[in-house]
Amino acid sequence: MFRRTAFAALATVAALAVAGCGGDTPAASSPSTSSSALSGTVNVFAAASLTGTFTQLGKDFEAVHPGVKVTFNFGGSSALAQQINSGAPADVFASAAPKNMDDVKDKGTPTNFVKNTLEIAVPKGNPGKITGIKDFADKNKKLAICAAQVPCGAAAAKVFAAVGITAQPDSLEQDVKAALTKVSLGEVDAALVYKTDVLSAKDKVEGIEFPESSKAVNEYPIATLTKAPNPDGAQAFVDYVLSDKGKMVLTAAGFDAP
Amino acid sequence: MSRRGRSTSGRLPLVLLLPALLGLAFLLVPLVGLLIKAPWSTLPDRLFSADVWQALRLSLVCATLATALCLLLGVPLAWLLARGGLPGRSLIRAFVTVPLVLPPVVGGVALLLVLGRRGLVGQHLDTWFGVSLPFTTAGVVVAEAFVAMPFLVISVEGALRAADPRYEEAAATLGAGRWLTFRRVTLPSIAPGVVAGTVLCWARALGEFGATITFAGNFPGRTTTMPLAVYLALETDPEVAVVLSLVLLLVSVVVLAALRERWIGGLR
Repeated sequence: MFRRTAFAALATVAALAVAGCGGDTPAASSPSTSSSALSGTVNVFAAASLTGTFTQLGKDFEAVHPGVKVTFNFGGSSALAQQINSGAPADVFASAAPKNMDDVKDKGTPTNFVKNTLEIAVPKGNPGKITGIKDFADKNKKLAICAAQVPCGAAAAKVFAAVGITAQPDSLEQDVKAALTKVSLGEVDAALVYKTDVLSAKDKVEGIEFPESSKAVNEYPIATLTKAPNPDGAQAFVDYVLSDKGKMVLTAAGFDAP
Repeated sequence: MSRRGRSTSGRLPLVLLLPALLGLAFLLVPLVGLLIKAPWSTLPDRLFSADVWQALRLSLVCATLATALCLLLGVPLAWLLARGGLPGRSLIRAFVTVPLVLPPVVGGVALLLVLGRRGLVGQHLDTWFGVSLPFTTAGVVVAEAFVAMPFLVISVEGALRAADPRYEEAAATLGAGRWLTFRRVTLPSIAPGVVAGTVLCWARALGEFGATITFAGNFPGRTTTMPLAVYLALETDPEVAVVLSLVLLLVSVVVLAALRERWIGGLR
């Protein structure tokens, strides 16, 4: 089992290396074969906030299409966009904000597939006695928000502007999951994360909703990439995410329909 | 010994020379890439921005403090490993090297679990002294020391084991106590090893990223060291990341070369 996994990992690395060197050369895909016979690996680059749902969707997709393997690269959308533009062999990109999708050059037409709203996450029992968004201006509280580069950070900035406060964070995290981790470990009194993140960690954190969150709703676009090593697989995965089954998984996790 | 080594260097076997040159190229080419890709025309403007100096100063201060902490704890630890005659010494040595193989991010999480506000030790620090390490500059120092200390301990222990214990025995027969022997006989004889370990330790601390961002978070002026600044700049403005990397590269090369010249070169 281990050997097989190791071999698969090696094969993936080799495939990535080859694809990386190949640059513009399209990967060997034979359009003559029927579209139902998908094969190979689909590399999906997805925003950190999609970690739980997309992992699930990937498994479901593999079950529907035996012979296809979906691998994920989760991270801050800005970092992912950067990696794709630097030639990372991605087939699909799902960003947590349109801006980071716009940054990617060679892509198909993006489709917005979900919406996500910010929520305050506090450790179980709310030890910092956080009551609302205004507490983010309190110097005496330990607070984490996302760095301005990542979508959740950009959304946080919009919220703070709407509320009219100057945030006093102790840390600017590199992606939303890092901010959530700081809450679930109890290291901060509160962090501004997505509603879906609060739900995904509901045994460790509590969520506090606030009305101004409507001022910064993030639309999530998904697109296939023009230089995708596996274009058929890429399109199939995007279709699957947009399908009713995909929507079911996403809304169950707290995402809103676009 | 050294003279003979020099005379044979003219006819180095090709079997060694070829991989040696390949190895050198492997290490140098990525750095050349940085130099080629650097935005030279806008370099001065970018270089003199306040953010760069803030991150650089923080990096240098934290790496130096972390190295001092490592020296304070690491040299005695190396002595214990080499001379203490402890049972299960090889097991202890394995544990000392754990931070070397542990992904730094995991090291950061481990530090949070122990020294964080809710951590095993950290919760007492917080309630008794009001001290909370995460998100502080002190936290950066702790994270860097955790990752860098094995480099120092291993170097110093190696030097101790290579040193001739008969000098220490002679000092003891002449009536010197163990502390006096350590200070006046042992320490001078292993000085090159200590310096080499210190340099390695400092270099590792300067480049530390994973444990720092996990344990100390990221806030400009407080915990954003150069590697963190590089990482975040890479996401928005790769050119800034290249500039920051060049600065860090230049500073570390200058410091390392100067130390080598002053200490290791002089002692050879």
